[in-house]
Amino acid sequence: MSGSARHLYVHLPFCAHRCGYCDFVTVIGGRGQDAAYVDALLQELELQRGLLGDEVETVFLGGGTPSFSILPDLLRLLDALPPAEEVTVEANPETVTEELARALRRAGVTRISLGAQTFSPRLLHVLERVAQPEDIRRAVHHLRDAGFDNISLDFIYGIPGQSAADLEADLGHALALEPEHLSCYELEAKPGTRFTHVWGAELAEQADAMEDYFERVVARLTGSGYRWYETANFCRTDEDGRDLRARHNLAYWLGRDYLGLGIGAVSTIENRRWRNTPRLARYLEALAAERLPDREIEPLDTGVRARERVMLGLRLDEPLPVGSLRSALDASGVARAEQLGLAVDGGETLALTRRGRFLGGAVTAEILA
Amino acid sequence: MDQARIRNFSIIAHIDHGKSTLADRILELTEAVSAREMREQVLDTMELERERGITIKAQAVRVSWKGHELNLIDTPGHVDFTYEVSRSLQACEGALLVVDAAQGIEAQTLANAYLAIENGLEIVPVANKIDLPAADPDGTALEVADLLCDDPARVLHISAKTGDGVSDVLDAIVERVPPPAGDPESPARALVFDSSYDQYRGVVAFVRVVDGVFSTREALRTMATDTRFDAEELGVFSPAMTPVQELAAGEVGYVVTGLKDVSRLRVGDTLTSVRRPAAEALPGYKDVKPMVFAGLFPTDSDDYPELRDALERLKLNDAALVYEPETSQALGFGFRCGFLGLLHMEIVRERLEREFDLDLLVTAPNVAYRVQEKNGGLVEVHNPAEFPREIEEVEEPYVDASIIVPKEHVGAVMELNNDRRGAFGRLEYLSPERVHLTYELPLAEIVLDYYDQLKSRTRGYASFDYDLAGFKPGELVRVDVLVGGEPVDALSLIIHRDFAYERGRALVDKLREEIPRQMFDIAIQAAIGSRVIARETVKAKRKDVLAKCYGGDISRKRKLLEKQKAGKKRMKQVGAVEVPQEAFLAVLNIGQGGEGKR
Repeated sequence: MSGSARHLYVHLPFCAHRCGYCDFVTVIGGRGQDAAYVDALLQELELQRGLLGDEVETVFLGGGTPSFSILPDLLRLLDALPPAEEVTVEANPETVTEELARALRRAGVTRISLGAQTFSPRLLHVLERVAQPEDIRRAVHHLRDAGFDNISLDFIYGIPGQSAADLEADLGHALALEPEHLSCYELEAKPGTRFTHVWGAELAEQADAMEDYFERVVARLTGSGYRWYETANFCRTDEDGRDLRARHNLAYWLGRDYLGLGIGAVSTIENRRWRNTPRLARYLEALAAERLPDREIEPLDTGVRARERVMLGLRLDEPLPVGSLRSALDASGVARAEQLGLAVDGGETLALTRRGRFLGGAVTAEILA
Repeated sequence: MDQARIRNFSIIAHIDHGKSTLADRILELTEAVSAREMREQVLDTMELERERGITIKAQAVRVSWKGHELNLIDTPGHVDFTYEVSRSLQACEGALLVVDAAQGIEAQTLANAYLAIENGLEIVPVANKIDLPAADPDGTALEVADLLCDDPARVLHISAKTGDGVSDVLDAIVERVPPPAGDPESPARALVFDSSYDQYRGVVAFVRVVDGVFSTREALRTMATDTRFDAEELGVFSPAMTPVQELAAGEVGYVVTGLKDVSRLRVGDTLTSVRRPAAEALPGYKDVKPMVFAGLFPTDSDDYPELRDALERLKLNDAALVYEPETSQALGFGFRCGFLGLLHMEIVRERLEREFDLDLLVTAPNVAYRVQEKNGGLVEVHNPAEFPREIEEVEEPYVDASIIVPKEHVGAVMELNNDRRGAFGRLEYLSPERVHLTYELPLAEIVLDYYDQLKSRTRGYASFDYDLAGFKPGELVRVDVLVGGEPVDALSLIIHRDFAYERGRALVDKLREEIPRQMFDIAIQAAIGSRVIARETVKAKRKDVLAKCYGGDISRKRKLLEKQKAGKKRMKQVGAVEVPQEAFLAVLNIGQGGEGKR
């Protein structure tokens, strides 16, 4: 029996501390529940295995803070997951020890995504991050020593109090570590979060001053030889010809099917998308009883999938093949975007111009049917 | 009824000075209706109104008092209807001038009192509300007597609320108001002083017979508009509509015409008999033309047919209302409506919203302009968007404004009027404390927020009235607002050259605040012809991306985009620029606060 999903996401929700800006499904502390949670994940994998293809291309362990999990449980999980060409684990710098790095490498992990966010102690404090700048550098060195040749750093810009000089300094520090991959996100002050409550007003005040930070990030990184291959993602263009794009994430952007395991995890397979319950106790209870967890199911018709294909595909630097997606496009919107120099309609393909990519959201809203 | 025993009168009073209470007391005292009946009748009328969506007016009531027939003719209570008021007054020989003894004379009272005097009416002054602790009947009597050059002793002191003194009022009407003077033997003539529309019977004319006798079934015609019909029914209001066989000189009543269009029977016209027509019409007929114009648009464009139907129905009963379809690129399909004045506009708008449950968007009102084109003829322009660009001369309507204010606020009023291009007329003291000022003002200067300004600068003490005084040339220019190089029709305005820059600047600034940044720079300009007088730019967005988008985010991000897309569809398109409807609303609201509320 073989399903269509060749990409597997596994959610590890535990964190030492919930950062103010975070809106992911996380569980703070949870020491002592790791083993039970991993058991549940493996049970869910067992129940859902039929949805996975014969070969799994990518596995991604995200969080939470996967590296916060107790190592033996983490290794047990990695061992039980299907083998894949790309196996990524997210980690927070302060959790990366020599031992962890070596263990992950031995367990077949090929790629580490490190949540650096910023090198400024002051801004790390604003973000409520536990790590210090030296933790980031030390983590990278441990990973390199363990043999990792594909490291991604996550950065956040537009932090309250972050000057343009702070941003440039951050990028400089990041480039000095020569990561294969960088993800740079503008800080989103999501309504209702503690962070927005504390910093919302200051952020709004700085909005104008920070307007060009995105442009600065792109200019600096592309100027340093990185490829701006997705709205918020950059990869080194390697001398040895390796494609250093995040393959797992690329699968999302190409509209592929994927299976997600764990609390709050989302799966998209053919004409259905579902999200597991975000409640840990209910999740554990269901799987202990060898039942699938509660989930919210969203049917996806072909029209929706086509629109998503456009929305996601236009985030990439490669032209989007639109041969079968025309029904998802608003022809007059496409024409307008072209006229404004934001998109190029090549007939078979549609691509955003450089400026179009900075306005990707608005352009997509313009051209979607 | 013997003509010598008829008295026709109306009541002149400022709003809230007690006109309707006094009318109610008169009906009770003359036993025209019992108190209970009156309530029931009012309820009946309202139900009928609700059912039909039109107003049934009872504009004249016949009562008996000590062997006399008294006809109380109601006058529309607001300044926009000065002409209608003057016709109603022309139907009478006398008027009760009711003044609140706690408030004193107000501008509106004054205006109508002058109208009554001009029409040769015998004025019976009444100081009302003497039961109020703050009442100053003697002071009020002095003020009124001074105005009328009358003896203060002849000012009646009453309380319509308690009924105190009301019978004296009726006695005074019989004693002081002269009987009608018409000739019962001459060819029949009657003044149409009001009309209403009845769904089943057509137009009902309210008339005052001046000469001769009208009979049921007689063929009649109007002398100014030459409309012909048969008098299907004649009658009087006592106070219910009561048919009679004849209406004779001096009497007040109604004529059921069967006409289907109220505009064919205009207030002020003269009715006469076809068989034995009068030689001359009664004086004073005017073809009343709307002076204030505004675009009315449904907020939801799907409501356009409802708005059209509602206007049609209102028009049945309101000959002064005119409208024609208007298409605005900014606001969609609607109507350009003409009104007698601000209050008329406010009444129409309120009725459309209340009785027809419509949600309306009203553009800033403008006045009628007479434009001499450079290479053409004279055109009357009701819509700034249609104002010719090449003009020789423009005339705009002026009003004679009358303001009554406590003396300490005279300076503030003068300042306001100077700001509004007013020309000072005269100043007179009504009493040691209160001053009457007259000004000539362009109507355009009062259609916006004049009344609000007047009230706020005089701490609410000023009262104001105006009368149209004809057209005069003015230094007027058309200011266009351009968004992304495209003129926005709904925002064009006609304004005096001296104020064009300031107003253009305000419009442009406001629009810049209201138009969201888009994918390109948007120029917002105010221009007179090709000369730009104000400019702002809404800078293009430099970024608009959804930062993270991974497996777990896709549905939410897609919904965000779909919402953004739906939002775009609700925007109004001005060239390539998307402008939210709220932006137009905000701009139209500049200086439009509370127009016509009085």
